[in-house]
Amino acid sequence: MRNLNFGYGISSPRAINLDNNDLRKSNDIIREMPELQACIGCGSCTASCTAGNITSFNFRKLHTSVRRGEYQGAYEELSKCMLCGKCRLVCPRGINTRGLVMLIKRKLGDF
Amino acid sequence: MRRASWQEYQKDIASDKYYYARSCIRQNFFPGSERAFLDILHNDLGIDVFDDPLHTSCTGIGYHSDVVPLETIMTVVARQFALMAEAGYENFISSCITSFGIYNEILATWEEFPETEERTRRYLREATGRELVKPRSIAHTSDIIFHHREAIARRAKRRLVNVHTGEPLRVVEHIGCHYAKIFPKSGIGGSEFPYVLAGMIESWGGEVVDYPERRHCCGFGFRNYLVQANRGSSIANSHKKLESMAPYKPDFIVANCPGCTMFLDKWQYAIAEMEGTTYGADGRGIPVLTYEEMAGLVLGYDPWELGMQMHQVDVEPLLDKLGVEYDREAKYLGAGGKYIGKPADVAVNCESERRIYEIKR
Repeated sequence: MRNLNFGYGISSPRAINLDNNDLRKSNDIIREMPELQACIGCGSCTASCTAGNITSFNFRKLHTSVRRGEYQGAYEELSKCMLCGKCRLVCPRGINTRGLVMLIKRKLGDF
Repeated sequence: MRRASWQEYQKDIASDKYYYARSCIRQNFFPGSERAFLDILHNDLGIDVFDDPLHTSCTGIGYHSDVVPLETIMTVVARQFALMAEAGYENFISSCITSFGIYNEILATWEEFPETEERTRRYLREATGRELVKPRSIAHTSDIIFHHREAIARRAKRRLVNVHTGEPLRVVEHIGCHYAKIFPKSGIGGSEFPYVLAGMIESWGGEVVDYPERRHCCGFGFRNYLVQANRGSSIANSHKKLESMAPYKPDFIVANCPGCTMFLDKWQYAIAEMEGTTYGADGRGIPVLTYEEMAGLVLGYDPWELGMQMHQVDVEPLLDKLGVEYDREAKYLGAGGKYIGKPADVAVNCESERRIYEIKR
């Protein structure tokens, strides 16, 4: 081994293991807001997001991760939301996305 | 998993009179393999194969990396088919898996969208004055070797057996994604149970290794590799496969795709440099062969004539297991005994012993 610099390394896998993730909080959130299951992942929430335009905040990625039991950093990330509600106006499935921001924060706490 | 599941996916393979389309990257990676294919078919099996100097690259790599438009590649492919018809052949065989996928994809597109075929005919006529004639059959060259595997087995000088122990060699077979994952019906055994290489190994006395990541991509891709920033993803795929196969102690890997053979071989070197891990016996790498090289060894060809000195991982331990007689000193001698240069010694090679010897001397 000569520690050559190839300009890249071996990427670590990004697979999400649903068997190992604790889905209790995620199931709680879906129980309180069942319409979240109607999400088609169109990304309109992220596209219209004011916070997303000025920071790296990505609401679609965030709530998708939370539903899969990937809670790490979610609370902190959600603090970037300004609760303007534009995402709720544009959601084609009528999901109360602004309510969802508050629901995830309340359920997860500072995970 | 049913043993005979592959039999549900069969295809017609012509037995003679092939029009051979070479691969642009294989001629650089493994220049001996295409020559060996032609020699095996011409000299050993007495089959008519036409190696046309007029045909070009299929431009598949440019197409997959968004620099060659669809209309252009369709016209290039139409020209290859026109050349085949002009030469009086109707069975098109391609040496490259990418090209094989491209030919199948374009024929399927012409079938589904006849207006694209008409447009291509017009472009071809305007650009070259040639007429498109579609081939009667399309096959990959590994299909051809598979088709004639029993004939090769009858002429075999040796089998895939360890001469020291008498045990069959344990072989990992790897199928290129574009062989059957685009159109499962165009590959022997489909995408789930590809039998094209496993059939050769079994006919020639080897044992196929079944391991968890057997159907995983080697990581070559195009976007995975062409951009340096993405290469971490490319090597991660090969890494995953090698980690998965290593506990089964394979004697060698055989692949039917230029990219897979290249990357499963070369990434072993990169992984050894990055992590210090080697996957073969005695802390060396696992040799990676093309199916023509495997067939050539079975038929008694000289390993250096087959171009096996072009591999990153040294093949000598495998040749010793097979009982192949070869001239160790002639490894880096090209045509006319000319010295072609020797790569530096690295962890995956077996040169370390010789290096110690040279230091002592």
